[in-house]
Amino acid sequence: MYKIEAKRSLAPHINLFDFSAREVATKTKPGQFVILRIDDDGERIPLTIANVDAEKGRISVACHEVGKTTTQLGRLKEGDSILDLLGPLGKPARIEKFGTVLCIGGGVMTAPLHFQAKAFREAGNNVIGIVGATTKDHLIFLDEMGKTCNELYVATDDGTEGYKGIDFLKDLMRERKIDRVVAEGPVLMMKAVSDLTRQHGIPTVVDLVPIMVDGMGMCGACRVTVGGKMLFACVDGLEFDGHQVDFDELLARLKMYTPQEKLAYVFWEEGEKIG
Amino acid sequence: MSTPKPKIRKEAVPMPKQTPEERARNFREVAVGYTEENALAEAERCLQCREAPCIKGCPVEVGIPEFIKLVRERRFKEAAKQIKEKNSLPAVCGRVCPQEEQCQAKCTVGKIGDPISIGRLERFAADWERQHGSAIPEKCPPTGKKVAVIGAGPAGLTVAADLIKLGHEVTIFEALHKPGGVLTYGIPEFRLPKKIVEAEAEYIEKLGVKLKTDVLIGRLYTIEELLRHFNAVFIGSGAGLPTFMGIPGENLCGIYSSNEFLIRVNLMRSYDFPRAGTPICGGEKVAVIGGGNVAMDAARCALRLGAKEVKIVYRRSREEMPARAEEIENAEEEGIVFEFLTSPLRLIGNERRTVKAIECIRMRLAEPDKSGRRRPVPIEGSNFVMDVDMVVMAIGRTPNPIIKQTTEGLKTAEWGGIVVDENGKTSIEAVYAGGDIVTGEATVISAMGAGRIAAKAIHELLMKK
Repeated sequence: MYKIEAKRSLAPHINLFDFSAREVATKTKPGQFVILRIDDDGERIPLTIANVDAEKGRISVACHEVGKTTTQLGRLKEGDSILDLLGPLGKPARIEKFGTVLCIGGGVMTAPLHFQAKAFREAGNNVIGIVGATTKDHLIFLDEMGKTCNELYVATDDGTEGYKGIDFLKDLMRERKIDRVVAEGPVLMMKAVSDLTRQHGIPTVVDLVPIMVDGMGMCGACRVTVGGKMLFACVDGLEFDGHQVDFDELLARLKMYTPQEKLAYVFWEEGEKIG
Repeated sequence: MSTPKPKIRKEAVPMPKQTPEERARNFREVAVGYTEENALAEAERCLQCREAPCIKGCPVEVGIPEFIKLVRERRFKEAAKQIKEKNSLPAVCGRVCPQEEQCQAKCTVGKIGDPISIGRLERFAADWERQHGSAIPEKCPPTGKKVAVIGAGPAGLTVAADLIKLGHEVTIFEALHKPGGVLTYGIPEFRLPKKIVEAEAEYIEKLGVKLKTDVLIGRLYTIEELLRHFNAVFIGSGAGLPTFMGIPGENLCGIYSSNEFLIRVNLMRSYDFPRAGTPICGGEKVAVIGGGNVAMDAARCALRLGAKEVKIVYRRSREEMPARAEEIENAEEEGIVFEFLTSPLRLIGNERRTVKAIECIRMRLAEPDKSGRRRPVPIEGSNFVMDVDMVVMAIGRTPNPIIKQTTEGLKTAEWGGIVVDENGKTSIEAVYAGGDIVTGEATVISAMGAGRIAAKAIHELLMKK
């Protein structure tokens, strides 16, 4: 059992959980993830690690309630426990001194991106941060990113806060010398960023979290096409060259269970009401 | 005048089974198991021959005539105890061992009729014991030595049981959330009910083995770290990596590796969705590519999930199929269709990138290849399109590379398997390996046999120190 030591609301339906997992905390590096399972009927879901506290033996993950399992997790409170937590999984992100690193976080994934941004800063990089979300209310980790990055930009899809969309990136890339771009967020955002940086020839990595089951290379559910090759996100990633990823395939595969996910949610909600 | 010897019945007592019509739509066990009467009648056929050729056919050398004699005397508990001296997982082996190629192939009665149904009797004794409470065997005094076992599959469970009985402390590290390895995630409920695997794992825990789930060695701890705290390490991490064909369209939605499909159905209980939270695409027209036991399992699962039509697509002919004859028969009885001498060329998707068809080509058999089986070659111009809405790739599995990548000095073969000597010892001192990680995909009992050999070598090493 893995106890929720702390829970903090970051935005509507987005929470940050601190789980007690001492060994995992001491081994985790930015860019790695855990697979968790809430109860014995539960599915296994991957969540990218957003922070560790090795002294207290805790890891943090941010979770956006989008379906049954994430909503079920969102309803758990401090002091509650989940049944399984496996990690750290995946390869650590490549953290080196590149020069100027542009760290772009979208939605809930801004939390794990911040973990990387911190490491890039510690490695001696000039870190430019961008926090994005669909709308103002969904922006998260603004304070943390503000403290960690040398500069911070904010963008929303609807323009309710900061820049509207990511077009401002064109100017930024023209005006500044950027050595590396790291994008972590919704697939469409990572795709748009990669398309832009390709034109400027800036090395860009993206963190892909496809549907997974075991998370250690057994099932191949998370297979992605990168540079024409079949790779498994769980063991070859999560970090991939954004200019080589087949994002459209990833989008299609992420929608594979949409009807079943709806059914699972309705069934679970009904069960919650009946008690 | 001498009394004539009583005649031995040539026919084995048949295994009671669910009818094909009934079982094709449920996940309950197909073979229901012998009754006491069945078991006594079958045990009666055993000649109790002194040379006991059957034992030579068993990779873990179970004392077969002795346990059959105990069954005959209705001493079922003692029969189970007798088996467990050599085999810690008898309820599993009684169900999934290919006895027809092992113990039963050597049976003397087999020369004049059906061989003794050793597997069915083994299962009967083990099930009887489980239902009536199993006894914990005596253990040797503690040695103070500690052994780490990686993987709670057939090899790891065997090593753990053998070493704990010898007085060593044993901890098993399992990466998944449940023990059993392939017995849990791979073999379906209708062939091996999970409650049996759980009971076998519980028995091993009752012996005093510590079982830690959710621990992936190579990521959470390295072998090097384990060696700081344990006197020896056994690697039984299995052949967990799926294989794909490398043909166009394999990443379309609705295409599964056999591993993913079986993990969803068996470990995650997708057949009970949405009560169990893990979904599965329930195909109506399913094609399973491959001809081994895993392909049979996948096809029969797809049928039970509600498919209207399930085809096995295999590039050679029936004779070359690696699956057990019994499993092929079961699949056929349930209505699985076999497309022999057929090989997929590409997978075709619809506008939502979901598979809708496979382009296949017919094959013919040429002269034998290195494996001794006749080599399939495509018949030019025989291409055709098969409509499907789900595909399972069951064309083999390879070792998981995580331990190899994170263990310096561990010698592996080109194909990824760990290299060991005849005692299961790897290139690293005090590190042993066995099962599919060494041999590639093989049987449960051969993994157990490798575990037995490694356990013996580890014991000798620990007692020398």
